[in-house]
Order: sequence, then structure tokens, then C-alpha cells
Amino acid sequence: MNKLNILLAGSVAALAFGATAAQAERGTDGDLKILFWQAVSTMNPYLSGGTKEVYASSMVIEPLARYDEKGELVPTLVTEIPTIENGGVAQDLLSMTWKLKPDVKWSDGTPLTANDLIFTWKYCTAPDGGCAQAAQYEGVKNVEAVDPHTVKITFEEPKPYPYSAFVGAQSPVIQAAQFKDCVGARAPECTSANFMPIGTGPFVVKDFKPNDVISFEANPNYRDPAKPAFATATLKGGGDAASAARAVLETGEFDYAWNMQVEPEVLATMLAAGKGQLVTAFGTQVERINLNHYNADPALGSKRSTKEAGPHPALSDPAVRRALSMAIDRDIIDEAGYGEAGRPTCNIVPAPEAYASTGNDDWCLKQDVEGANKLLDEAGWVPGSDGIRAKDGVRLSFLYSTSTNSVRQATQELVKDMWSQIGVDAELRNVSASVFFGGDPASPDTFQKFYADVEMYTNNFDGTDPEKYLAEWLCDKVPAPENGWQGQNIPRYCNPEYDKLVGELAKTADLEMRAELAKKLNDMLTEEGAHIPLIHRGQLSSHSVTLEGVKMNAWDSELWNVADWSRKK
Amino acid sequence: MFTYTLRRLLFAIPTLLVISFVIFALLDLAPNDPTGDLPLTIPPEVREQIRASLGLDQPFLIRYLKWLQQFFVNEPLNILESLTGWQFGDGERMRVLSWATRSPVVDLIVQRLPQTLWVVGLAYLFGIMIAIPIGVISAYKQYSIFDQIGTFVSMVGYSVPTFFTGVLLIVIFSSYLQWFPSVYDTNLRVTDFASFMAQIKQMALPVAVLALYNASQIARFVRASMLDNLNQDYVRTARAKGVKEKTVLLVHVLRNSLIPVVTVIALGVPTIFSGAIITEQIFRVNGLGQLLITAIQGADIPLVQTLTFIFAVLIVLFNLIADVLYGILDPRIRYD
Repeated sequence: MNKLNILLAGSVAALAFGATAAQAERGTDGDLKILFWQAVSTMNPYLSGGTKEVYASSMVIEPLARYDEKGELVPTLVTEIPTIENGGVAQDLLSMTWKLKPDVKWSDGTPLTANDLIFTWKYCTAPDGGCAQAAQYEGVKNVEAVDPHTVKITFEEPKPYPYSAFVGAQSPVIQAAQFKDCVGARAPECTSANFMPIGTGPFVVKDFKPNDVISFEANPNYRDPAKPAFATATLKGGGDAASAARAVLETGEFDYAWNMQVEPEVLATMLAAGKGQLVTAFGTQVERINLNHYNADPALGSKRSTKEAGPHPALSDPAVRRALSMAIDRDIIDEAGYGEAGRPTCNIVPAPEAYASTGNDDWCLKQDVEGANKLLDEAGWVPGSDGIRAKDGVRLSFLYSTSTNSVRQATQELVKDMWSQIGVDAELRNVSASVFFGGDPASPDTFQKFYADVEMYTNNFDGTDPEKYLAEWLCDKVPAPENGWQGQNIPRYCNPEYDKLVGELAKTADLEMRAELAKKLNDMLTEEGAHIPLIHRGQLSSHSVTLEGVKMNAWDSELWNVADWSRKK
Repeated sequence: MFTYTLRRLLFAIPTLLVISFVIFALLDLAPNDPTGDLPLTIPPEVREQIRASLGLDQPFLIRYLKWLQQFFVNEPLNILESLTGWQFGDGERMRVLSWATRSPVVDLIVQRLPQTLWVVGLAYLFGIMIAIPIGVISAYKQYSIFDQIGTFVSMVGYSVPTFFTGVLLIVIFSSYLQWFPSVYDTNLRVTDFASFMAQIKQMALPVAVLALYNASQIARFVRASMLDNLNQDYVRTARAKGVKEKTVLLVHVLRNSLIPVVTVIALGVPTIFSGAIITEQIFRVNGLGQLLITAIQGADIPLVQTLTFIFAVLIVLFNLIADVLYGILDPRIRYD
């Protein structure tokens, strides 16, 4: 039935437009059906920082510039990307100027002006608003209009990498007229604005059913009169990853499905139906095992994993940290749990290309059980009667914690087995993701508290610049009771040398120099065993073979170029 | 009977208040966090601000009292306003807002209720309609082939979980045969025969899964209750008087057997409203069950609190209805 419909629609379209020309036209390709297995809760990414909300809203509201599939900035609402060379960024790095395209209109027909940008900044930085993307506007002192189509952003201190506010799907421009009464504490009261924002993007929201389905139609005022090719779009949410994959790859009910977290062999059987294909893109996500530098002995009670507990009795030995990494066969973990959506890595900053180091690949990327055993022997860790190594009464037995997720549990089993080959024992534990990542200071199970010896999860950074990310391993970012366990230096790594280099990075504007420094910092972290990077994780989505124009993007919203998507004729 | 009902209703008020407090306390103690699902790229300071904007920085008791006021005063006033068009005060009242969607919880529930009533309610109805004849025949012809098959099917239906039967039906009827869609289209509006058929088609699988489950449960009750009655003296008397076998079975035995069954059915009605969490999730029916599970996963506490409390109200109410029905159906039972 469905297949027939698509065929019919396709042939009707072919008949109608075959005669005229190959010229594309807006709204000729019918309905675009997208499936997100986690349903979208709101269309305002400033009120919910969830990836699904950011992606869905990117079809409607747009930033000034976004990242393309290669991670390069492309202008969307502006004439060009401001740089020092073209004078858009001031020499002192204290301000930048964006020039809006002159004829961009909101979907209600009113023009986009500098006023909307100023409002967006005020909206997200208003007190009591709880703006989820406030970090994008960090360090912005003022946003002012030079003229109705020119905006100047001034920073509190020199910003060598200024592309954060109004850049990328996380910080789109919203319409001042629509949201003017929704600032600060009043933000959640504007339900209709939050569900149906007026935007400059290729689609407008026609109907929004929270946590279920969104209906879009083509924006009549979109700046490219030939786009989007689809007249309407439907974004359905809910279910699970496997059935979402089935709906695209096997039954063909949907055109695009996001985030295929499904075992590789299951996907392979679905692909055999020939209705769809997989697309991947590698961003900056790295699955890693953090090694606790502080003592996490349960006998220490609430002092566990804090400075007071003192250094970890076993993991403070660099030989142990290195041996744990050497014993792991990353290829097996990749094959078993990630397939096309992962590749082995020894970097914490695995991309973009210019920032990806190969510094530690020689000793770390390939499994070396023999070498690891030798290292431990030399360091004086001797196997006991049970085969577990020990020194001065300290056994190499670690509590290994992670969030509940079938791939992670399988990885835990594999790593435990690999470690047993070098006389290291692991006790496996998993915690529900909403607790593990929840950050509730009262809970003992959060990843910040790290009441375990080693723990595994994935983290990444937004955009392409790793400066803020690399600053997470500074000494003063260690989570502790004093800061409500809110630091991001989860492994409790502390090296003044590292802190100094990060300070240098914050002052360097030259891109090549920045890449050099970032690589150095990345290498230090792996070399000194702050963590064990395992897998560089890609994003895996699937689309129907009848859908054209999908350019999988890991640097921005996956739907970043939805305006260019069309139905294969 | 009337005073009994009134007494029970009044007694329900403190019960429900205690229930609401227990739910609220339990949710508060649970180590879930509304910012837990956000990407780790969102820094801790921002998370703290988000929590504060949700009111999480206030003490437990204040939050509970606020919820009580929002749920028992503001929301009813709001419903009254929208029904009658009158306005009370300035019309600016804090409603119970969901944390994930930042929209009023009651609106979400109203949006979800029809799908649940249609799919789960219809499955319950079909379940009852299938169960009663099967139960009656199974009991009347105890240990016959029909009884054996019926027992087997209901055992399978009762013990095989819906997450298995649901996926099995999708694999057979959606993937392989392609007769029915595997994803429920909530935007479908029934305007003509074709869209009506599409609606029937998309409801077929979830209703079948749930009807099987419900039917097997109720069929066992009917059978057991019938067997109890078939051996009673009044049945022998009726037969001795020469009453036709059909009348004995359908008028005398069935009517008496249905008394406990009606109670069971009435007690099961609240489960229609709470939806079938798993089945709704598998078929992507946007009902209340699916709403509840996404709310739990996202730590959307006001939504979980309000939904579970409404279910508690329904359970208390239908317990009362079951008791009253029992009194009406069985003249031997008197409450006063």
C-alpha cells in the first residue's frame, strides 16, 4: 500500500514536471516522514537542551551560521563568516560583527532584523529563565545593532575562537515579536510560542503534539524559492531504536530515522530488505574509561573520591594505568558493539581532522597483553594465588561502573575478560542513565561523584573547537563536596603543566597553533592515563533509498540541510 | 446504600491526600534528575540554573503544597472557566506544568486520553466479549477438547508478555506480510471510508495484542465461576423441574456466575486509563501509558505525579463502583 503510494506520487510528479524542466520547485515531493525514537518535547531548544529538540527545531529556526558535514562554518542568515582577515572580528579579539542578508523574512512575512538577535541574546541570558544553551552566550558582554542588518557582539575578554553565540543548531535566532512576553521566569508560560516558533528555516510547524508527532509544512517565505522540495514533513517520535530502524530499512514506512543504536548484526539483516541505507558521521564523541586518581574505597564513606581520601592506592601508579589501556583490544569492542558507528581511538579529541593526534597510537591502539604484563611485573605487582596481582597488600581489583545500556554492559564484560589476562580483576556495576548522568548531589551513583575505581561513558564537545572541552581537565575543575560535585574533571586528574598549556590555548588565535596545542593537551591526557579512550563514536542514522540529498552531519543538527532533501524521481 | 456510598466517598478524601503525599515523597526521594537526559556538553552551572527555573531549589514541603494548590484549585477553576466562559479573578493562575514540554500537564492528558480509550478500551471490550463465551463453554464441557485448547490459549495469552506478542505480530503482519502498519499515525483523521479503514488497520495489531491478554485473564475467571455454580443445588433443582438445558445454563448459571466477574471487570477499568505502557510504546500509540513512561524516563516529576495521582483516584473510584455493583447484583449482600 505504502510502496504503491510512493510509486504513484512519484509517477504523478514525474508526469507533471517531466515536461517543464529539471528545475526544482518548492513543495513538489509530497510528505517527508522522519522518525525519532525519542519523541520531541518542545520546539524551543533554549528551554530543553536535548539533542532531539535541537535537531527538530533546526528545521524551523536557524542560527546565523552553521557547520557543514565537514565541520566548516557556512553562513545561513549572514552574507559571510566574520574573520580577522575580512575585518569581521576585531584585531583585539574583543568584538565581532555579523552582517545579515538583507532580504531574509520570518515565516510570517516580517523581515529579520538586528533587533531579533539582540532579543535572542537577552532571552537566553535573562535571570530565572533557566536557558539550557546559556553556555553558548558565555563571555558575551553586549549585543548591539550597528544598523538594522548589522550586529556587533562584544566580549568580556579576548575570544580567540568567537563562533559560539548564534552559531550552530544550539543557538538559533528566535523572533523578538513572538517571544517578547516570554522572557525569564515567564518562558514556560508561552506554550504556543514554544511549540510553534516562527522561524526563518525551510519548514513551519503546523501542528505540535508534545512527545508524539510534529507536522510541518513548507515555509512560504523561505529565502530560496525553489526549496524545500517537500510540501510537508512529519516527525514522529517514540518507540525504540530497533523498531525505528525496521520502519525505515524493512517496512519502508518512514524516510529517515535518527540514531540507530542497534547491534550491528541486527542492522545487517534489516539492510538485506534493500529499502534503506545507513549513513554515518563522526563528530567528537569518545567512549572512554575514566580512571579515578583519588581513593574510592567504600570504607572512606563520604570522603571517597575526594582530595581528603588521598591518591588511589593502585591507580596512582602510572604503570597500572598504562597496563590497563594496553590490555584492551579496541577492535573487538568496536566490532561487537559499534560496527559502522565506531572506530578504535586513543584520543579524547578525535576530530576534526586538524585536531586529531596520532601521538599515542603506537603503544595504545593495538592490544599488547605481553607488554602490559611485563610493565606490571617491573612495577612490582605480583600475581597472588588467585591470579590477581597485588603489591603491599593492595590488590588490582577495581569497581567498574557505567550507565545501563546493552552495548555498555557487553563492553564491560569484554574489558573484564581482557583485564583478567593481565591479572586485574573487575567488579561490574551499572546504574540507570537518568541517575548516573542526573547529577543529583544526594545520590551516591552519579558519574560526578565517581564512587568507583573506573567508570565508562561517552562525552563530546559542541562545534569544532575543543578549547572549552580541554579546560575540563584543569585542577580546579575536580568535583568535590565544596562545589556541590559540579566540576567536569571527573578523573580528578591534576597537572600544573597541563593547566599552563590550557592557559596558553586560551590566548592563541592562530588556528594552526591552536591545533598544535590541542594535540599536545590531548596526548598528555592519554599518555598520563587520565582516562582510557576506547571508541570514537559516530552518529548512525538511516534513510530510505528514495530520499536524496541527505548529508550526514556530526557537527550540527543531522537535519541541517533538510531544505535540500528531495524524493528520487 | 446511599449513605454507604456517601460514607465511602468521604472516606476517600483523606485516603487520596495520603496517597498524593506518598507519591510526591517517593518521587522526591528517587535519584532521578530532569537534567539527566541532557547532553554532557551542557555545563553544570547551566544545569543548576535549569533546576532552579523548574522550582527544584525550593524545599520539599513548599513544592508539595504548591502542587496541591495547582492541582486541586487552579486546574479545576481552569476547566470550569473553559467550560462556562466565566472568569474567576484575573485568570492568571499557575497551572501544573510538565518539565519536559513546559506545557500544562492537564492539556497533555486531554490530548492523550482518546487514543488510550480507543485502543486499550476497545481491547478490553473485545477481551470481555471473547472471554465470556469461551469461559462458559469451557466450564460446561469441562476437560473436553475445547476446554483443553481454551485453557492452553489463555495460559499462553496470560503468560507470554505483550512485548513479545507485539513484536511478533509486527514481524509477521507488518514486516513480512505488510498488511498492517507498525507505527500508529496519530494525525490520521477519519473523514471517509478509506481513512476509516486506515484507522481500523492501524488499531488492529495493538488491539489484538491487548485483547488476547485481557481475554485470557477474564476467560479463566468466567470458567472458574461457572464451575462453582454448575455444581450448586439450585442447578440440580432447575434440571429436575425439567427446565431446558439452555435456560439452565444461560439464565440461571451464567447470571449467578457473572457476579464476581463483573467485579473483576470493574476493578480492571482503571487499567484502561493507565494505558498499556508496553504495547503503546511498541506500536507508538500516543496514549497515557506512553506519556507516563516517557515522563518517568525524563524525570518529568509534575507529569508523573499528576498522572499517577489520577490513576489512584480512578482505582479508588472503581473499587467503590465494584462494591456498589456487587450489592446491586447480589441481593444477599446489604451494606446498610
